[in-house]
Amino acid sequence: MNLVRTITEVSERIVETPSTVTLRFPYSPAAAPGQFVMIWIPGDDELPMSLSYTDDPKGVTIKAMGSTTRAALSISRGTLVGIRGPYGNRFDLTPRRILLVGGGSGTAVLAPAAEAAARKGSRIVAALGATTGAELLFVDRLRSIAVSVEVSTDDGSVGHHGYVTDLSQRLLAEQRFDAVWTCGPEVMMRKVISSAEARRVPVFCSMERQMKCALGMCDACALGPYHVCTDGPVFPAERLTTLPEFGRTKRDSSGRRVPL
Amino acid sequence: MGYPNPTIETYGQWGMLNAMGLPNPGIEEYPQEIAVARDAGATVIGSIFGADAEEFAALAARMESTGVAALELNLSCPHAKGLGSEIGQDPDQVRAVVRAVKRAVKIPVIAKITPNHYDPASLAVAAESAGADAVSAINTVRALAIDVRLRRPVLANGLGGLSGPAIKPVGLACVWQIFERVKIPIVGVGGIQRADDVIEYVLAGARAVEVGTAVAFEGIGIFTRLAKELEERLNSLKVSRVEELVGAAHPSGVSR
Repeated sequence: MNLVRTITEVSERIVETPSTVTLRFPYSPAAAPGQFVMIWIPGDDELPMSLSYTDDPKGVTIKAMGSTTRAALSISRGTLVGIRGPYGNRFDLTPRRILLVGGGSGTAVLAPAAEAAARKGSRIVAALGATTGAELLFVDRLRSIAVSVEVSTDDGSVGHHGYVTDLSQRLLAEQRFDAVWTCGPEVMMRKVISSAEARRVPVFCSMERQMKCALGMCDACALGPYHVCTDGPVFPAERLTTLPEFGRTKRDSSGRRVPL
Repeated sequence: MGYPNPTIETYGQWGMLNAMGLPNPGIEEYPQEIAVARDAGATVIGSIFGADAEEFAALAARMESTGVAALELNLSCPHAKGLGSEIGQDPDQVRAVVRAVKRAVKIPVIAKITPNHYDPASLAVAAESAGADAVSAINTVRALAIDVRLRRPVLANGLGGLSGPAIKPVGLACVWQIFERVKIPIVGVGGIQRADDVIEYVLAGARAVEVGTAVAFEGIGIFTRLAKELEERLNSLKVSRVEELVGAAHPSGVSR
């Protein structure tokens, strides 16, 4: 009887930014943009990671945030990792005019979704933000399929000096969109939702939480009445804006509510 | 916090191996969490675990004050280091914990029995003699998975507990043996998914059942589905009261 976890070899390692690396690996189960896998770094930990590449070899784009993700940055080609999944729901690819709003490493989950939508004829406009120019992610990748890509940096080194939500607010005023897809810090996503709500444009957010089982059972990823692992990670804005925790609190690994 | 990941592994839908390590936010967080369920009209049974009889008793009192209807004592988790597995495998410790908890609360106390013992029924006898109002059997079966390429256990904690359909025969055997030795009600648990699984446990001696792992594969709707399926099945078996079936598979054929 086979275990659910597949041990596979990292086939490619791409340094995207000083803090972010993409690891690609052969993994045959079909995946759709929006979905995530649980990636086990043997000897360390197993983490949920949205797929930044959904066609084989599949890929995850990891930003150094804690000890495991920092360790993951030095994983080399040939290293064995454990993968299970894909889990979770997917982006609905039917909207024809899509605004992407990516904050930091949040762009990693939006990129394959944008590529898939563009293949089906959708028109993509992207607004990407980062702390500094060197940390902007997948700009060229999105430029090759988007009508336009605008960038912002906190320090003003590249593009607009300010927040990506300044860009999205302006773009929503200037152009018509059928949907906004966003991923990044929750506080940022809340702002995106306010701008879009004012113009009645539906927003879909890719959410993130600690996970253990990823099967909808252990409640580690509980978000109000939902589980991010089975009801998400992609959530329509209406489900989030009613939750007191959205943009304010999450749960730690013991289940206790802590501020974001 | 529980153990680091990986904390879970599955063998298709045949079984689940977990070493979660009992992550929980601490008893202080429970009043607000349980209030949500109670306000919705649910009957809540609070599960507690501790390192010794004193800790069990203190937690029992606090859990009772959150408004739960009954307590289940997790004496039998096999993979929480030093917590539960030693207590649950020693009849003297089982007696001490149950006695201390019964002194601390007024609500019913259910002692959960471990299968990781050569004579689980003796643990149930110990619980009954100390005043337990019921026992539940079984908790997870101690188990292990090793990856051949990595040459290491799959779960971060190494040993874990097996649950799901794979352990139903083990659960049934424990309920069967316990039914022969105690008079208090037995709650059957281990691998239940379908109505016939429920009826098997009842025939072995269970008066109620719990469902855990199957929720992971079917979702929270399983309880409604199972209740409906059970009613239909009992009708087709021409059973008017499920109480008639409790322990009915035993040679004496008499239910208590």
